[in-house]
Amino acid sequence: MLDARSTIKRRLPLRLILSAGWLGLLTLAAVFAPLIAPKDPLAQDLFLGQLPPFWLQGHEPGYLLGTDSLGRDVLSRILYGSRLALTVALIAGSITCIVGAAMGLLAGFLRGWVDVVISRAIDIWMAFPPVLFSILLIAVLGPGLSSIIIAIVVIDWTRFARVIRAEAMTQGAMDYVASAQIAGRTRLSTMLTEILPNVLPTIVVLLTLEMGISIIVEAILSFVNLSISTDDPTWGGMISEGRTSIHQAWWVLVFPLITLFLTVLSFSQLGEGLKDRFDPVLR
Amino acid sequence: MSFLSIRNLSARLKGRSDQILRHVSLEVAAGEVRGLVGESGAGKSMIGKAILGTLPHSVEISGGEIILDGIDLLTLPSAKRRQLIGAKCALIPQDPLTALNPSRRIGPQITNRLVDILGWSRSDAEARARALLAEVQIQDTERVMRSYPHELSGGMRQRILIASAFAAEPKLIIADEPTTALDVTVQKQILKLIAALQARHGTALLFVTHDLGVVSKVCQSLSVLYAGLVLEDSTIPDFFHAPKHPYSRALLAATPKYTDPDGSLTPVPDAIIETTRAEVAAFDRSAHV
Repeated sequence: MLDARSTIKRRLPLRLILSAGWLGLLTLAAVFAPLIAPKDPLAQDLFLGQLPPFWLQGHEPGYLLGTDSLGRDVLSRILYGSRLALTVALIAGSITCIVGAAMGLLAGFLRGWVDVVISRAIDIWMAFPPVLFSILLIAVLGPGLSSIIIAIVVIDWTRFARVIRAEAMTQGAMDYVASAQIAGRTRLSTMLTEILPNVLPTIVVLLTLEMGISIIVEAILSFVNLSISTDDPTWGGMISEGRTSIHQAWWVLVFPLITLFLTVLSFSQLGEGLKDRFDPVLR
Repeated sequence: MSFLSIRNLSARLKGRSDQILRHVSLEVAAGEVRGLVGESGAGKSMIGKAILGTLPHSVEISGGEIILDGIDLLTLPSAKRRQLIGAKCALIPQDPLTALNPSRRIGPQITNRLVDILGWSRSDAEARARALLAEVQIQDTERVMRSYPHELSGGMRQRILIASAFAAEPKLIIADEPTTALDVTVQKQILKLIAALQARHGTALLFVTHDLGVVSKVCQSLSVLYAGLVLEDSTIPDFFHAPKHPYSRALLAATPKYTDPDGSLTPVPDAIIETTRAEVAAFDRSAHV
């Protein structure tokens, strides 16, 4: 009576390959940026300002994606910018995930006063406009990598907590949870061994989405000049600088924007792809 | 001395006066099979949940005793109570589709409790699980133990749950409408299986159902419940020959007869519902609940 589904071999979905591929390339770029970047990302040369990318008239060899108004190589700056973007995505995404999922699990499974406290906190949190809230936080904490990470965690934990709470409530009402309780498990051990594995696919999807969102938040903060020190290249900072010269040199704005877009898209597609693959019920 | 004895158990919605159970008393002797019948919402399942300590968060017990093997469960600290229930009771749940953890393989789900509560070695527990699966007539035990729940049919999963309920040799099993979610042909096999295992292991069984036909086949005694109030408590022969309460009589009359497949169904008459409701209201006044 084994189900036929389990015997059908599933092909690796295309979106999983493409998104993982892009993120893999980006990771390599971030790690090896000093080796592969064609130019120094900070080197200015006003004689080489606003050079177009390689396929347009007037380009200069060695500057594949052109230069910005100060003559800095766009490609090199994107490569270096991926370091901050990925660092923020990994660290802020993971911490947010752990904090938010833990809150959601506790609220959704233990219910009672724990749920009341966490749920009210979520309601209050959600009432703040997130972008303003993050700008406010950075203003208080001062710019810097750790401030960005703290701001993202403080703002975005509710995203996990809300969804995981609902999932934990659904799972908690299932008979298998009651069975575990009858079998003498403590509440905490039931939560970790019975509920957690069943909300894990959702957590993975949310985590990848959150990594994308972290990158966007970082870009927004860089855009308003509240990220890390202004010298280091960031995608948000490049977009901000490119905005002022969009009519003369569109490439300064467009290339970091495309990179940002592809990266965020890849994170969300990676999450969906992983969910399809690892959810035992969907598999 | 009964193995399980519930005395004047009352339960209500938390913070409200809505009664769910009204001074319920019932006894299950060691090795006895007692039916617990009533219509939907009568509180049948709530009694089972109260015993096992799995009541929903919104329900609280407002009075009474649940005495299991001489110990009042309601006065025990929760850790002690969990331990006691884990060692002596088990549940055959209503819906086999939600009663197995979808993200874990079948084998560990049966063996975990043997290892956790009874302190068996993993290999002993696995041997025991295989023997039990064979006992519930599952042939391909090796493969089933390695399967995930979604790979198995509903009837198969219910067999696994039955095997799992008997695994730790509990003294009392609560079967909460164990056949309701299954189709009729499978129902019959599952009932036979529960009855056979019950007889072989000598386990007391509290059989929650709304099907009097099932009760007559499986049980030795039964309690009839309406709106959380026990209306009748009798042995099976007494009940089927001379039901004492008018509601029980109406319930019995409403059971479809196999000898007359074309006959129309007899609903419980409104007048009987009225008088039964009045009885519940009168009980509430006298008990000041």
